[in-house]
Amino acid sequence: MTVTTVTPPSRPAGSPVLAEEPRRRGGALRRLLPLLPALVLLVIFMAGPILWSLYISFTNETLTGSASVDSRFVGLENFVKLFGDDAFRNSFLLTFVFVIGSAVIGQNTLGLFIALLQRGRGRVVRSVVNGVVIAAWVVPEVVAAACWYSFLSEEGTLNEVLAFLGLSQDWLFTAPMLAVTLANVWRGTAFSMLVYSAALSDVPGDLLEAAAVDGASGWRRFTGVTLPLIRRSILSNLMLITLQTLASFGLIYAMTGGGPGTASQTTPLYMYDQAFRYFEIGYGSAMALVMLVIGALFSLVYLRLIKVET
Amino acid sequence: MTRAAARAAALVALAVIALAFAGPFVWVLLASVQPEAGLTAKPSLDFSFRNFAAVLNWETIYQPVINSIVISGATAVLTVVVSGLAAYPLSRYKLRYGRHFMLTLLFTTGLPVTAIMVPVYSMFFRFNLYGSIPAMVLFLAASSLPFAIWMMKNFMDGVPVSLEEAAWVDGAGWVRSMLRVVWPLMAPGVAVVAIFVFVNQWGNFFVPFVLLDAPEKQPAAVTIYTFFSQYGAVAYGELAAFSIIYTTPAVVLYIAVNKYLAGSFSFAGSVKG
Repeated sequence: MTVTTVTPPSRPAGSPVLAEEPRRRGGALRRLLPLLPALVLLVIFMAGPILWSLYISFTNETLTGSASVDSRFVGLENFVKLFGDDAFRNSFLLTFVFVIGSAVIGQNTLGLFIALLQRGRGRVVRSVVNGVVIAAWVVPEVVAAACWYSFLSEEGTLNEVLAFLGLSQDWLFTAPMLAVTLANVWRGTAFSMLVYSAALSDVPGDLLEAAAVDGASGWRRFTGVTLPLIRRSILSNLMLITLQTLASFGLIYAMTGGGPGTASQTTPLYMYDQAFRYFEIGYGSAMALVMLVIGALFSLVYLRLIKVET
Repeated sequence: MTRAAARAAALVALAVIALAFAGPFVWVLLASVQPEAGLTAKPSLDFSFRNFAAVLNWETIYQPVINSIVISGATAVLTVVVSGLAAYPLSRYKLRYGRHFMLTLLFTTGLPVTAIMVPVYSMFFRFNLYGSIPAMVLFLAASSLPFAIWMMKNFMDGVPVSLEEAAWVDGAGWVRSMLRVVWPLMAPGVAVVAIFVFVNQWGNFFVPFVLLDAPEKQPAAVTIYTFFSQYGAVAYGELAAFSIIYTTPAVVLYIAVNKYLAGSFSFAGSVKG
C-alpha cells in the first residue's frame, strides 16, 4: 500500500464533467456497467473476508479435530480468551514497540532529517543518497530480511566491524526487537523521505529568508516556519506508515520467526502461529478482527487529515 | 556555525546515512561472486559466477520466477482492465455516490491486508479454492483495486472530454470512445498502474505463502524464503545470487516508472478525487 497518486494535468476549473451525454446512453444502470467487475471483485474478495472474519471469530472453527467439520457458535469466547491471553498481550506490546520505534520514531524522523539535509544540495549528492535509500525500499521484503540476517548474524558484517571494540554478539538473539526495528527503518525510510521532500518543496523559500533576515536561527526557522507548514504531511505520513508497519509480517518472520521464544512475536506473527500452526482459525480471526478495527481507526484519521478534492 | 561549516556538516551526515543504507547490501553483492562466501562480507580476490550457475536450475530459479511472472502479470493485467473500466463512469459522470465510493476505496487502501489473511484462508478452504493460483490472482487483484482505481481515475481526468465528444458525434458509444480515445491517450498512466501492481505482487510473500499448497506453485518470494531457511546457513553465496536475480526485475521496473511516480508524493497531504 502506498499513497502515490500520480497527478495528470487536472481538468480545467469550471469545465463541466460532461458537456453532452453520449447519445446512445441507456439510463443509469448502463452507465454504471463498467463499475460492475470491480464491485464484484471487491465484494467477494475484500468485503467477503471481512464479513467472514466477523462470523468465524464467534465460532470455534479449527482445521483439525471435530470442530473442523462442525464448528459452532461460541459467542464472545474467542475475545474473552484473547484479552486474557498473555501471549497476545505480549505480541500487542511488541507490535506497539515496533510501530513506535521503527515507524513513528525511526522512519519518520530519519526521513524528515534526510529530506531537510538534502535541501539545496547538488544534483549528484541528492541522487546518490536518494539512490541507496530508495534501493532499500524497492528490494522485496524477503531479500531485505536476508540482507539484514547476514548483516547482523554472529559472523556477520556488523560484528566484523564491531569486533575490535569487543561488542560483537549474536544480535538476532540478544536484541531481536532492535534488529527487526533497524531493518524496518532501513526498508521504510525512503517513503517518508519522499513524502517530506515533496512537502518541503512546497515551503516558500522567501518565507524562510524573511525569517533569516529577522534573525531567526536555523532551528527557529525549522520549528517556526517549516514545521507548521508541513504539519498535514507529517500527520498523514504518520498514519500511513503506522498502517504499513502494524501489519508487517514477512520481514520479521524471515529474520527471527518471532523468536527467540516469543521475544519478537508481534501480533501478525502470533496470529499466523495460532491460525496456521495450531489451526485455531476462529481464534486467529478474532485477532484479525482486532487488527482490522485498529487499522480502520487509523485509516479514518488519515481520511480526516487529507484534503480530498472532488 | 558558519555557512560553510553547516554545509560541511550536512554533507558528512548525508555521507554517513548513505553508507549506513548501503551497508546491508554489501554482503549480497560480494557474496554472490565469491565461490567460498560466508556470512561475512570479507572481500577476497576470488571471483566467479559459480553461485549463479548453481542456482540457475529448474526448481530453484526458473520455475519460481515463471510462477512469479504468471502471478504478478495476471494480477497486473486483471487489475488494469477492471480498474480502467471502473474509472470511466467515476471520471466521466456525476454519480450520486461517486464521492462516497472513492472515499471508501481510499479508506480500504489503509486496511492491513495481512490481517484478513486468516479469514481469506478459511474462506478459500471452505470453497475448495485453497492452492488455486487463479483464485489467488482474483484475491490479489481485488486487494490491488482500491488503489489502482484511484490512480486510473486521476489519469482519466487528465484526458479532455472534448476529445471524446468528437467520437460521440461520429456515433461512437461509451465502449468505443473508451477503447479508442480514452485508454490510448492515457497509455502512460495505464503502464504506471500495471507496473506498480506488478512490482508489488513480485515482492508479495505472505499471500502466496498462506494460499498456495505446493512448492511447485510458489512464486520466487516464497522459494527464496524456503531456500533461506533451509540452506541460508550454508549456501550463502547461492542465496546471494538468488537474491540478486530475484530483485533485479523489481529494481528495473521501478526505475522505469520512477519518473512518473516522482511528483506524486505530495499526495500524502491532499488527494484529488
